[in-house]
Amino acid sequence: MILLWTSLVLMIFSGGLSLFRRHPSSPRWSVAGLVTACLIGIVPAVHSLWTGASSETRLPWNIPGGACHLGIDPLTAFFLIPIFLLSSLAAVYGLEYLQGKQPVSWFFYGLLVAAMVVTVSARNGILFLMGWEIMTLSSFFLVTAEHEKREARQAGWTYLVAAHIGTAFLLVLFLLLSRSSGSMDFDSFKGLSPSETAPAWLLFVCAVIGFGTKAGFMPLHIWLPEAHPAAPSHVSAVMSGVMIKTGIYGLLRFLFYLGAPSPWWGWTFIGIGLTSGVIGVLFALAQHDLKRLLAYHSVENIGIIALGMGVGFLGLSGGSTPLAVLGFGGAVLHVLNHALFKGLLFLGAGAVLHSTHTKDIDHLGGLLKKMPWTGISFLVGAVAISGLPPFNGFISEFMIYLGCFKGLSPVHPSTGPLIAAMTGLALIGGLAAACFSKAFGIVFLGEPRSAHAAGAHEVGMPMKFPMMFLAGGCLLIGIFPTLALRAIKHPLAQLIPNLAVTLNDDLSMAERALSMISWSAGALIGLILLFALGYRLFWRGRRGGSAPTWDCGYAFPSARMQYTASSFAQPLTDLFSPLLRSEQIGSPGKDLFPKDSHLVTETPDVFWKEFYRPVLHRIQNLLARGRILQHGRLQLYVFYIVITLIAVFLLEMRNP
Amino acid sequence: MTIDILWILFIVSNFFLLGSSRLHTYIRVISLQGFLLSVLPWFSEGPVSGHIVAMSLINGSTKGILFPWLLSQAIRRAEVRREIEPFIGYGSSLFIGLLGLLTSFWIGNRLIPPTATSVFTAAMALFTLFVGLFLIMSRRKAITQALGYLVMENGISILGMALLQHDPVVVELGILLDAFAAIFVMGIIMFHINQEFDHMDTDRLNQLKD
Repeated sequence: MILLWTSLVLMIFSGGLSLFRRHPSSPRWSVAGLVTACLIGIVPAVHSLWTGASSETRLPWNIPGGACHLGIDPLTAFFLIPIFLLSSLAAVYGLEYLQGKQPVSWFFYGLLVAAMVVTVSARNGILFLMGWEIMTLSSFFLVTAEHEKREARQAGWTYLVAAHIGTAFLLVLFLLLSRSSGSMDFDSFKGLSPSETAPAWLLFVCAVIGFGTKAGFMPLHIWLPEAHPAAPSHVSAVMSGVMIKTGIYGLLRFLFYLGAPSPWWGWTFIGIGLTSGVIGVLFALAQHDLKRLLAYHSVENIGIIALGMGVGFLGLSGGSTPLAVLGFGGAVLHVLNHALFKGLLFLGAGAVLHSTHTKDIDHLGGLLKKMPWTGISFLVGAVAISGLPPFNGFISEFMIYLGCFKGLSPVHPSTGPLIAAMTGLALIGGLAAACFSKAFGIVFLGEPRSAHAAGAHEVGMPMKFPMMFLAGGCLLIGIFPTLALRAIKHPLAQLIPNLAVTLNDDLSMAERALSMISWSAGALIGLILLFALGYRLFWRGRRGGSAPTWDCGYAFPSARMQYTASSFAQPLTDLFSPLLRSEQIGSPGKDLFPKDSHLVTETPDVFWKEFYRPVLHRIQNLLARGRILQHGRLQLYVFYIVITLIAVFLLEMRNP
Repeated sequence: MTIDILWILFIVSNFFLLGSSRLHTYIRVISLQGFLLSVLPWFSEGPVSGHIVAMSLINGSTKGILFPWLLSQAIRRAEVRREIEPFIGYGSSLFIGLLGLLTSFWIGNRLIPPTATSVFTAAMALFTLFVGLFLIMSRRKAITQALGYLVMENGISILGMALLQHDPVVVELGILLDAFAAIFVMGIIMFHINQEFDHMDTDRLNQLKD
């Protein structure tokens, strides 16, 4: 525990360094401090995850209901490791990415990482909420780092409002939980019977809305596609990779305080997962902004995690161990995997943005030749996120599939949701693969579509290394699933203690299946590499020429004639157009002899357009009537105070 | 019995404030209230202790002498003499003051149990508070509002005495510090308002709202 404290203090200190030392080298010191802090902090986390040991410390603290009570147990440790890992890598990356601009942002960065650590290791409600709020606020300042841009400010506000609506629900949740014991300590939440506090469904709804807003469950996700593109890329990586996972952490920790789960919890989660997953990936498919596309993929992956949790809850409520183990196991493992590959993808998108100064996919192209390392890493991330072997995304998704198959039986009532989960997962996986063949294909393959892309260059070592490291991590988990299953064993045993007896059997069953597939996939890749090598050797010395693509006899092909992001995705977006409601400006030429024509497609968020915007407008119009009270006359303001005062006096007199 | 004379003086001074238009009169009356306030602690229960003397001295010197002096300085610099065109005329102000006095008596004793020293403490506190707030509400000049604020602070001081009989020093000092800072700031602001706009009618400041 002392290591965790050291790490926290060092983190805030080294972040704060950038506030006081206005020197060009000060970000370097901040980053060095941050990385050291992360390395220190990761030690107790790994220890706890490996041995299953837990420890905690309390410090005296004078806050009503609060206690400075931090602890590490396997579940915390499992979330701590990606936090430390991704944050330190992203910090190194950010050093080159920011190029010494916005030195103050390192203060907020340090604060954000420290707040995430506090959030997942807090053992007291007040401390948790404080960590949660600091996390929100520091990331708000990071999102609005480029506050001179209007979209960044807009995104910041959307994020802030959404986050606070979530926190409001969490506050209610904690107050309800502490109602019977009067203590905000998590220890006192254990073994509460819902009858003492509040109906379980109420607590469940509060938790799902409160934590789901941060995690990005579908109707609550609207801040994600705004905030992620606006933030600097290394911050987007941290926010998408680990910060939104604190919502999942919260769900995993608090839902287990609510007593035995009912089947409808599982159905709810599967419903949320299907909505978030399918609609998230569809909207990703329709985007042109690379980072916005990735943000929608975060929603999709959160959906996959929710699916896993839904399967797990179905298993718990039905008393089926394999279902619970594989469901929760897949969900928890996907948290780690998503941190790895989504961190990698955002860093890759950032490298593209850094080098070409645009995130519009339609202005890019042909980058693989100019930025080979970035391209290869991005490809690894893309394959991993599509859930294909031999990378890590496959492992966690496969566990959820496996869980669903285990739970199938013609008589069991949960068969319907399980089939829905399975088909949904398959649809999500297919669409994700389509989306990333679009993203990778348009950005990295073909010819440059603009001068920006033509002038691209490979990024430096501080940016390359984190990407390669994360790509290595994706491959490592993919090839050695045993390692990952070992890592989730203790957290799972902690989540479902009464089912722990058969835990090992279930996991080893999953392991056998997984390693077989992974090894065969690895062997396939090895074969391809071998073939490529042989091909190279064979062709060495015999030069083939390079010529332009055959253009059906057209005399003047240009780079603008390639597939664009919209045209590549069109078959799929057309299929789902009732859902996506893309807006099309201009029209493609229809005459036999084409004239000048232009076409722009936009796909704004359907929930924002159809639900939030009208509702918020209503509310605003309603509240605008109250503005007559704000007239700027001091005398009348004082009059309000007097009226209130007298009313309070009278009220006080009425009740003796 | 003697304390009732103090209360009568308080009531009269409050009505004086409501009915007069000359700023210098305001300041003199407020100075008088400050002195009255400094005498009040002598009537509290128990033997005369060190802190009563100290409080009396501090109250007298600040509210009786320092604040009025600061305010008359401000008036001189701002070159205003009278409160003209109040929102509520002097006659109506007096009448509303009367209603306020009645309400204060009615509420005061029900809300706060009468102290051993006097049954009127709470009522007086509420009345002074009310007059202060009413001055802020009904007058136009920034300086009158600062004066109203001071009167309100006096009311709060009396209330502190009524509620916390035994150890009011901390509260008292807090209020004094508050009032001091407020007067200081207001003096500066009034000066600047005057410089900037050539008047200090606060009702025209509403153009500054967002």
